[in-house]
Amino acid sequence: MLEVVDLECVRGDRKLFTQLSFSLSGGELLYLYGQNGSGKTTLMRAICGLLQPTEGEIRWEGESIRELSDEYTREVVYIGHKNGIKDDLTALENLRILSTLDGVHMSEDQAWDALDRIGLRGFEDLPTQVLSQGQKRRVALARLLAHQAKFWILDEPFTALDKAAVSLLQQVIRDHLDSGGMVMLTTHQEVKLTEGQVKQLQLGGGGQADV
Amino acid sequence: MSSRIVNWFKFSSPATFYPLAGRMIPWFTAAAVILLGVGLYMSFFVAPTDYKQGEGYRIIFVHVGTAWMSMFIYVVMAAWAGLGLVFNTRVSAMMATALAPTGAMFTFVALWTGALWGKPMWGTWWVWDARLTSELILLFLYLGFIALQSAIDEPRRADRAGAILALVGVVNIPIIYYSVQWWNTLHQGATVSVSQGSSMGTVMLWTMLIMTLGFWAYAIAVVLARVRCIILERERDTTWVNELEGGVR
Amino acid sequence: MFETFLAIVRRDLILAMRRRSDMLTILFFFVIVVSLFPLGIGPEMNTLRLIAPGVVWVAALLASMLALERLFAIDYADGALEQMLLAPQPLSLLVLGKVAAHWLVTGLPLVLMAPVLGIQYDLSLDGLRVLVITLLLGTPALSLIGAIGAALTLGLRGGGVLVSLLVLPLTIPVLIFGAGAVEATISGLGGEGHMSMLAAILVLSLFFAPLAAAAALRVSVE
Repeated sequence: MLEVVDLECVRGDRKLFTQLSFSLSGGELLYLYGQNGSGKTTLMRAICGLLQPTEGEIRWEGESIRELSDEYTREVVYIGHKNGIKDDLTALENLRILSTLDGVHMSEDQAWDALDRIGLRGFEDLPTQVLSQGQKRRVALARLLAHQAKFWILDEPFTALDKAAVSLLQQVIRDHLDSGGMVMLTTHQEVKLTEGQVKQLQLGGGGQADV
Repeated sequence: MSSRIVNWFKFSSPATFYPLAGRMIPWFTAAAVILLGVGLYMSFFVAPTDYKQGEGYRIIFVHVGTAWMSMFIYVVMAAWAGLGLVFNTRVSAMMATALAPTGAMFTFVALWTGALWGKPMWGTWWVWDARLTSELILLFLYLGFIALQSAIDEPRRADRAGAILALVGVVNIPIIYYSVQWWNTLHQGATVSVSQGSSMGTVMLWTMLIMTLGFWAYAIAVVLARVRCIILERERDTTWVNELEGGVR
Repeated sequence: MFETFLAIVRRDLILAMRRRSDMLTILFFFVIVVSLFPLGIGPEMNTLRLIAPGVVWVAALLASMLALERLFAIDYADGALEQMLLAPQPLSLLVLGKVAAHWLVTGLPLVLMAPVLGIQYDLSLDGLRVLVITLLLGTPALSLIGAIGAALTLGLRGGGVLVSLLVLPLTIPVLIFGAGAVEATISGLGGEGHMSMLAAILVLSLFFAPLAAAAALRVSVE
């Protein structure tokens, strides 16, 4: 259960949003809408704890994420604009180091399996710098397949993905929601995801937010 | 307990601090003018000529005070920066930013007067004396702080990055000072101490004290004025600043 | 926890091995700077012997500053740093891992190269031995202190020059005790006192620098 209470974030001199409150519970998906520069990424970074909001509080299971720190980050996966993968490492090495950082031990077989499922068969052993944008994105997203984290924060996860990968990712998100997970995502593409519990949040326009 | 916290934060908000600082500035300016005037008069006309060093020694009335201030201001700056980092209060971080140029100025003046004093005293403008060298390193630390803050556009990041640097610096200063001392005694270079040769007379001590108090008052006045500028710049979009401008016009 | 530390060290070492030229650039810089001094000062051996400890140490200091810029910059650019910040492990531990790998790649080669350069300056065997020991104790401290500066200047314009401006004054004690130990040994005074001070600085920076660098990273990535 995630609760956001009276959140305010400022970038430079600009107040992106203020008095923003919403909540998200298990099995729910939150769409984040808004124009460029309306603070979608900032909100996501604030919620995953990378950025300290100027006002307000973010609570996980009733406790402020500032106090939880490790217990909270264990539950969260954030995939931002940057994929967080190293160009000089292979897809396999990237995936395994990322899960080690997440505190999950991933065997080599599991890693092969995850890359296979995300559609990177035959590319596992290549340095990621020779891969296309979409394939790099897939390496980053392969983490989701092997991860036990409950709360996924995905910033534009569908960019650079082809049709097959988009529908695969939709399936993965649907499965995650079905098993009680939570997802928060931004997308400019209108993608019909699930009939389950969907929430929408509109950012922008004078710092007001509608839930 | 909680009400006390609220009060404290109210006091540290820019909107309440701005007018408070404005009221304090004239007093400290007046104090600085009077104290420095009296101090300078005493150092030129009242304090006796030193039987060993002649008239040239009179520069120590400026030198010693500025050297004290330069070190003290760094500690104060780090304290404000630390407060700002821990309690996330904006005014404390602004105070640290405002203190840095004044501290650097005092450090520079201390070095400069040290050189002026050194020429007649031991024949060269610069001596790798432990105190002078430490003072030079202190100037580097101030310049690093100012350079870091001015390289960062985002004010919040500038505040907090500066705070970390100031705290690292303040932890390092004793180590630096000690190592320079060690280096200096080992190399048996010039070890002319500042108070050498003259047991300080009462008049001289008083003069030095008055001068230092004058520097204090000056530093407070200047820093408060600078902090007011920083507040206006940072808070220019808030309603209270806009109301303030409306009132002035 | 320790596994994550090792994973970071291993990852950074693999990355460095795949980009060996970076490593060699630093080492080459160190060699060139040390070799330039005789050309500027003259080949008088007595003078050279006198300035050798200081020259080698200052060159090591400059070389380690040069290497610092890359410490976090690439991780910052490709987003790996964000993921490190979000990992459920203490960030200071990950920072320590990165610094350890960084030192193995940029610091250790300097230590190994130093005796060769010392011979150019006709240092005695004792002097060479102490030079290596002090560099072994001092260069990790330089990397650790430097990590704070690298974290503070992350992503800033002209960060490379700025980091030297911030870090060099803080490394003065390392320079004093490092070069001092060699000098004291050569002149027969014994450099043990200096070396224990250097070890103390290393221990202090092992404890505090990762914490400060982690705090700085959180500020810079925000």
